[in-house]
Amino acid sequence: MDLKQLYQDIILDHGKSPRNLGKCKNFNRDAKGHNPLCGDEVHVYLDLNSENEIKDISFEGAGCAISMASASIMTDLIKGKNISDSKEIIKDYLGLVKNKSELESKKITDNEKTKMMSLSGVKDFPMRVKCATLSWHTLKAAFDNNKEKVNTEKFDK
Amino acid sequence: MELNNIKSQFPIFSKKINGKPLVYLDSSNSSQKPLSVLKSLDNFYKNEFSNIGRSIHSLAVSATNKFDETRVNVKNFINANSKEEIIFTKNATEAINLVATTFGQQNINKGDEILITELEHHSNYVPWHYLREAKGAIIKFAPINDDGDIIIEKLKELITSKTKIIAVTHLSNVTGTIVPIKEIVEIARKKNIPVLVDGCQSAPHIKIDVKDLDCDFFAFSAHKVYGPTGVGLLYAKKKWLEKLPPYIGGGGMINEVRKNKITYAPPPEKYEAGTMPTAEVVAFNESIKFMKSIGIEKIINHEKELTNYALEKLKKINSINIVGNPKNKAGVISFTMKGIHPHDISTIVDEDGVAIRAGHHCSQILHQRLNLIATARASIGIYNTKEDIDAFCKSIENCRKVFELK
Repeated sequence: MDLKQLYQDIILDHGKSPRNLGKCKNFNRDAKGHNPLCGDEVHVYLDLNSENEIKDISFEGAGCAISMASASIMTDLIKGKNISDSKEIIKDYLGLVKNKSELESKKITDNEKTKMMSLSGVKDFPMRVKCATLSWHTLKAAFDNNKEKVNTEKFDK
Repeated sequence: MELNNIKSQFPIFSKKINGKPLVYLDSSNSSQKPLSVLKSLDNFYKNEFSNIGRSIHSLAVSATNKFDETRVNVKNFINANSKEEIIFTKNATEAINLVATTFGQQNINKGDEILITELEHHSNYVPWHYLREAKGAIIKFAPINDDGDIIIEKLKELITSKTKIIAVTHLSNVTGTIVPIKEIVEIARKKNIPVLVDGCQSAPHIKIDVKDLDCDFFAFSAHKVYGPTGVGLLYAKKKWLEKLPPYIGGGGMINEVRKNKITYAPPPEKYEAGTMPTAEVVAFNESIKFMKSIGIEKIINHEKELTNYALEKLKKINSINIVGNPKNKAGVISFTMKGIHPHDISTIVDEDGVAIRAGHHCSQILHQRLNLIATARASIGIYNTKEDIDAFCKSIENCRKVFELK
């Protein structure tokens, strides 16, 4: 295990200065997530248009570098995409941080792929996987209009 | 016993963690085990195993005697009046649940008040919350100040004619605050209110004398006093154990069983239903012997010296904030670091073989009071050395490098 694999420059950058932090102006969908192990909370806001495209996305929350960077990278990458593609990307990402070594989705650019891959180091730190998945599970809940607070203990076993 | 070579008695310290010698600073969570405890577990299962208190064959008699020996030694360890006041449970959590359930059943009604404090671990809050839900009881929290000390005057003010019990920790698992239990018991005595003390964190680190404290209930776990997991302990004044209803029902806790009537065994058996963690209780005796062989004064002095040494060193590190500054502090040091979340700190120091805890340490009320979501915590045990503290502080400084902080 190498700390630099976990705390790559992209993660430190997004962790220290998260993008899309706050409540986006015209959100019409939102969902909350919670990691009971560490107490981290995240709130994802979406502005969806009638074509089910994500016009805007943001998040609120405070957490470790991994969880902040993962939410920041996620919001950056999802903005402008439609729900169906986004769901495919979420599935791909959740596989990546748990067991898969490569991303399979054709819906992401090489640049986006690099950003997502930067989070794959958590695989070697099992206790930290939930930090990297909390916001992604929460985004999925927002798509599904799920009002129940997402609890990481119900996933990622 | 001398302390300078004490690590050699703990087999785990011969192990490398991530290629580095283990620096174990998570004893508030659970302590490591000396060889004598491990040998006892092994020996009991290999050579002495039998269930206790039931059969009359030789093994059963000898196992029963060994089990009872622990009870006597624990009684002496905390200076209880009699061994019948010592109930073995699964852990301190179960001990507190035992009191909350049985005491609550008999003495708590709608609108009655339970007084706890903002320092409590979840295990001394959640069991009382059940009574709030089931019986409509009210839970009041005695406030703390920013140093992490309970404001005794405020605690006094919160006592009313409806207060049925006061439940308070002896030593905070976050701030290391040593709570003036005697003072609280004195206040409670005047109003005839029983006091439960959560001694989980105090039992390994300060002198426990339940007669001197004069508390009604005292709970702690064997695994924090260098003993095995699976054993906890409830001390209760005899009058309570006689008066309160039984907790878990089953074999071993009965006197007579008929189709229309059951009578119960006298305490302590009344509260020890089913097969107990026999080997663990027997091995627990070895951990008590281990503590005694060092002597509590020596333990206190050693840990005090290390705590002060660690605090001084940590304060010199840029951007460290120590949580709380209580009047009397034990070797529990929670801290935050500007720009690095406690979970990241814990992961980074782990690479250096340094084991600390990060999170809310099962004390969310306290974290909310101090406006913190999570903290990192280094907690000291008898085996820690100045070299451990040096390695820990060096590793903490490395966090800043990994995060490229100036």
